[in-house]
Amino acid sequence: MKPGSAKRMRLRGMIRKESLQILRDPSSIAIAFVLPVVLLLLFGYGVSLDARRLPLAIVVEQADANTSSLVGAFRHSGYFDPQSYDTIQNAQQAFDLRKVFGIVWLRNDFSERLLAHGGSPIGVIINGVDANQARITEGYIQGVWQTWLGEYARTRGVELRVPVQLEPRIWFNAAVRSRNFLVPGLIAVIMTLIGAMLTSMVVAREWERGTMEALMVTPIRIGELVIGKLVPYFLLGMGGMLLSVAMALWQFDVPLRGSFWVLTATSALFMLVALGMGLLISVVAKNQFVAGQVSIVITFLPAFIMSGFIFEIGSMPEPIQWITYIIPARYYVAILQSLFLAGDIWPIVLSNSAALLVMMVVFLGLARRKFHKRLDA
Amino acid sequence: MNTLQRILALAVKELLAILRDKKSRFVLIGPPIAQLIVFGYAATFDLNDIPLAVYNEDRSAPSRDLVARIAGSPHFHQVSTIDHDEQIVSLINNREALLVLHLGPRFSEYLKRGKPAIAQVIIDGRNSNTALLTLGYLRTIITDFNITWGREHGKPPPPATLKIRPWYNENLLSRWFIVPGIVGLLALVITTVVTGLSVAREREAGTFDQLLVTPMRPVEILIGKSAPGIVIGLVEGTFILLMAVYWFEVPLRGSLGALYLGMFLFLLSAVGIGLMISSLAVTQQQGILGAFLFLFPAVILSGFATPIANMPEFVQQLTLINPMRYFLVILRGVFLEGDSYGLLFNQYWPMVLIAIATLAIAGWLFRHRMN
Repeated sequence: MKPGSAKRMRLRGMIRKESLQILRDPSSIAIAFVLPVVLLLLFGYGVSLDARRLPLAIVVEQADANTSSLVGAFRHSGYFDPQSYDTIQNAQQAFDLRKVFGIVWLRNDFSERLLAHGGSPIGVIINGVDANQARITEGYIQGVWQTWLGEYARTRGVELRVPVQLEPRIWFNAAVRSRNFLVPGLIAVIMTLIGAMLTSMVVAREWERGTMEALMVTPIRIGELVIGKLVPYFLLGMGGMLLSVAMALWQFDVPLRGSFWVLTATSALFMLVALGMGLLISVVAKNQFVAGQVSIVITFLPAFIMSGFIFEIGSMPEPIQWITYIIPARYYVAILQSLFLAGDIWPIVLSNSAALLVMMVVFLGLARRKFHKRLDA
Repeated sequence: MNTLQRILALAVKELLAILRDKKSRFVLIGPPIAQLIVFGYAATFDLNDIPLAVYNEDRSAPSRDLVARIAGSPHFHQVSTIDHDEQIVSLINNREALLVLHLGPRFSEYLKRGKPAIAQVIIDGRNSNTALLTLGYLRTIITDFNITWGREHGKPPPPATLKIRPWYNENLLSRWFIVPGIVGLLALVITTVVTGLSVAREREAGTFDQLLVTPMRPVEILIGKSAPGIVIGLVEGTFILLMAVYWFEVPLRGSLGALYLGMFLFLLSAVGIGLMISSLAVTQQQGILGAFLFLFPAVILSGFATPIANMPEFVQQLTLINPMRYFLVILRGVFLEGDSYGLLFNQYWPMVLIAIATLAIAGWLFRHRMN
């Protein structure tokens, strides 16, 4: 037998063994196919930053045409569900019980002071606990206020004169739909989880069950062992990946403005990084409990919090920004958000792919080096 | 031996099984501390140094004043000045600038003649939340500019002005919202994983059979197996709490007792879920998988980062069985809103129900497996 064909045979045997193992223990298949579907459905619908119909208390101490047009402006904006209260005390009580998110207070001299010099103050209290939502709500309230000022001026036959008028244009996502940016990011988070989970427990399991010894007495080389373990899981992971993309496009109506092939190529690269990371964890841990814990701790949570999927990396403190450079999901999130919403932006695709390539080499290289064919290691 | 002694013996054995392995011990202590610190700083929606590009075709005093107000604010950081339309596309596409501020050549002329002067901004909408926040910051600056301009040029102020005051978190710091949430997040992850593997590990090692032939009753095994999860959860929870108060300086305004009652009930329900997963799993791998399958949705659908009120109705219904949802309200209520027992009653009882249900199912599964 030629050395080349022996190598091929060993590799084929290894891949066959791993594939059979996957097929007979349905948990890997569940991880690759069921998990992404369930997670994307839950989070695609569940994770949203778009406030809808926020309950808002409106205290009108003296109702007249002006106050009702202002209440109407809040109702018509679609962001608020205004509820009327006659005294500030009652509104305050509802606010304390978290029945309403904020209070708009129109005092009894509201209409009178509209005509006076200096204007009429509209007092607004909002619950600031969720700072992000509070800020976005502030923006909505300012929008309602400006719309109402325009209407008020028009009913009095004058034109509202604003010195500088802001004219925003939001590119790539004109409707500012948070789902459009969250779903591509979720794909990255889910794929990190799946890639790392698929492999992280595989090797640890062989050590625990003692089957690693059985593998060691075979003539298989370390490199072949690593490849043999990777190939089946890579195919499984890519299957899950395609499923997620299909759901993003057809279930959640996220546009794909870049090319499908760039998406596939970068996803394959990322899948190798995630699998390599899982393999490294399992080689080092040699214990399913530790491997499982570590893969939750160093894959899922960082991918969720530090990848730019939801929290902007540029706003983090400098040292934290450095840490994000070693989180593979960071690069993949950047690629996905651009590919889906903006198109094939080559500078972004290439620079992030280069980073992923480096990480792939490092993870797989380390896993290969740490993987000793010795029992005492 | 009486019941209490037997339970105690099992609880001690369980704790030792987790704490004696050097790697398991490290996993329980190292990562949570590192994560608390890193996430405490990383998980923020507050924006600073937003990269801004300025395209000012006007170059007169008022337009320069407006640009200076925006570029000088701590939220923005001017990265480039451009003089052609064509430069906008590549700046935004390549994410070199998040927004381009464009003032046309007749900006100050319109301003002086009392016609609306247009400040056009082009914002990268790839992260829609960032886009909305940026727009909010800009609106505030421009409203200020308008008021100053009006005052200086004898224009009447608008008939009504807004005075918005945020309560409980006066400066709208994201950290005050996120850090208390991390207490719940890490306590949940640790407890679920510790208990999620406790039965599966023994089943794989074959020692579960040995446990079954001891004179212990299923209820005693259940309690003995729950204790370590709760103890570890309480210890780590307390540690994170101290860090939140003394390191991140989040104000703790409410009743500490109300918070601990919440934490205890929360851990009890987390332990119930962990044991349920554990007794269903045959192998540790399935145990970990089960813990993941529970943790991932439990974290995302808890209101930790995105509000529950924004979710569609059926997902909101689903969050009712998530213990983390209630604990987050308790944490934020006690930390920021100064809540005590009374206001939090509606958060306590659902967790009691969840704990009873999950522990009962776990107990039934033990007995079921024994027969």
